[in-house]
Amino acid sequence: MSLDRPLTRNVRPDRTPTDLAAYEANGGYQGLRRALGKLVPAECLQIIKDSNLRGRGGAGFPTGMKWSFVPMENASPGHKYLVCNADEMEPGTFKDRLLLECDPHQLIEGMILAAYTIQADIAYIFIRAEYHLAAQLLREAIAACNAKGYLGENILGSDYSLTMHVHTSAGRYICGEETALINSLEGKRATPRAKPPFPQVSGLWGRPTIVNNVETLCNIPHIIERGADWFQALGLTADAGTKMYGVSGRVKNPGCWELPMGTPIREILMEYAGGMEDGYQLRGFLPGGGSTDFLTPEHLDLAMDYDTIGKAGSRMGTGTMIILDDKTCPVGFVTNLMEFFARESCGFCTPCRDGLPWSAQVLNDIEQGRGLPEDLHTLARQVTFIGAIGNTHCALAPGAMEPLASGLKYFREDFERHISGGHCPWCDGGVN
Amino acid sequence: MQSPLIPNLSDQEISAIDNEIAHAPCRAAVAIDALKIVQSHRGWVSDASLQAIARHLHMSAAELDGIATFYNLIFRRPVGEQVILLCNSITCWIKGASQIQQQISARLHIGLGETSADNQYTLLPVTCLGACDRAPVMLVGEQLHTHLDDAALELIFRSREEAEE
Repeated sequence: MSLDRPLTRNVRPDRTPTDLAAYEANGGYQGLRRALGKLVPAECLQIIKDSNLRGRGGAGFPTGMKWSFVPMENASPGHKYLVCNADEMEPGTFKDRLLLECDPHQLIEGMILAAYTIQADIAYIFIRAEYHLAAQLLREAIAACNAKGYLGENILGSDYSLTMHVHTSAGRYICGEETALINSLEGKRATPRAKPPFPQVSGLWGRPTIVNNVETLCNIPHIIERGADWFQALGLTADAGTKMYGVSGRVKNPGCWELPMGTPIREILMEYAGGMEDGYQLRGFLPGGGSTDFLTPEHLDLAMDYDTIGKAGSRMGTGTMIILDDKTCPVGFVTNLMEFFARESCGFCTPCRDGLPWSAQVLNDIEQGRGLPEDLHTLARQVTFIGAIGNTHCALAPGAMEPLASGLKYFREDFERHISGGHCPWCDGGVN
Repeated sequence: MQSPLIPNLSDQEISAIDNEIAHAPCRAAVAIDALKIVQSHRGWVSDASLQAIARHLHMSAAELDGIATFYNLIFRRPVGEQVILLCNSITCWIKGASQIQQQISARLHIGLGETSADNQYTLLPVTCLGACDRAPVMLVGEQLHTHLDDAALELIFRSREEAEE
């Protein structure tokens, strides 16, 4: 039986982009035609709620519920905004790039439908500065949609109008945090905001704003066109739909594939990623980006979905796995991530601004063979105090603690060997 | 009256910035866009450029500098003709980004954050470039280079040297 892969049906092996004509020829903008003038926003919202679509940016929050917080009938007069978070920067994550570069119209159609549902009149695509090709393709796609009447005044003859802009960022990982992203869109430093108020009520310029990940929005046209039941049935477990899964590291065939939600980890790793490179053994993996807890070979038969991975003590996150092999030093691995998060702290709150460089320093000392036995206690205390949600202004620092906490749990002997031996057993910077 | 010490922005720069202002609720909203526009024309944002942008956006230079220095891709110091953004995040690190950096440094005689003597290249580390399936990777200008190894680096830098000759 062939798999239903709605998100990547226009993705070509050579990654050449799908233009408007090709997108339409393959059924594109049918979801939009089905909705505008035929479904009221409340009906669209109900379909998305019924579909059980969960946010693909990493947190897995139910999309329909997020949208339902936007004031509708009693909204005060003024703009409402829909923002696409295309600031893909989570270490080890490369799924949104594929969707952006190969099928920009799918995202735009999803955004128009999302904006229609919450009755937003302005939409932004917030894209990281380094995605030059994707930003260019999106600008061309928006221009084509404006010319065709999919965007602009009275879309497809309805009374609904929407303006869409591309905003290219200027760097910094923290822009992926939705309230930091909103500050950055306002031209400010990308420091996260305190919540509440939540952006759905008071976001960009103090107006109701929905921020959704690229992959989340790409699902919308298909759900509106084919229905909630169809979408639910795509998943193998309780979570609905398909998912862009990825594997990177020392595997034979690193890549990104659209598979049914809940596909077993072993299948993704062995069948799609081709198993480990010759001469390398699997020691562990981060299931969904740099800020998720390690899992180990004993977890390979778990279903890759939000709840199953959560129960195993990690998070599915972005769904793009990073493989730790036996010739890569686990302490070096965690140190690299901690240095990343320390560098990317926005500097607003003390536990993150000062705590993460401290953790990175302790880890670096251990990796360089200067570690002391009490350093492991120091790291454990940092995990406790920096890792607790509520001790920091946003989720960056707690996320940074996830690979450290689980690294200490699963690879404690390797940490201890660095300290007792006074050098890294893997030497040469931690990589074979 | 405009201060003679602050240079004017070019007509092109002003026109591009004003295009952004046209759909923004206030002038300061386009601060990041304006910094990027001026940087795209001048390579970096000098103190004088910063003051000129601030004046155009009706902001204080100090406030704008607080924004400019937050973002790693706004350059407040001169950079070379091409900026190399070398990914040193986790997958690229596993696949040997440190060795790639050593190769580049040896070839161009620069460390991270430095510009080559001929002003051709500036080498900077960057957050995960989202091409982990093709690691290790780097951007040179707007061009993404993947599957980096000694041979790939040789090809990249030799073809660029030949293109310049």
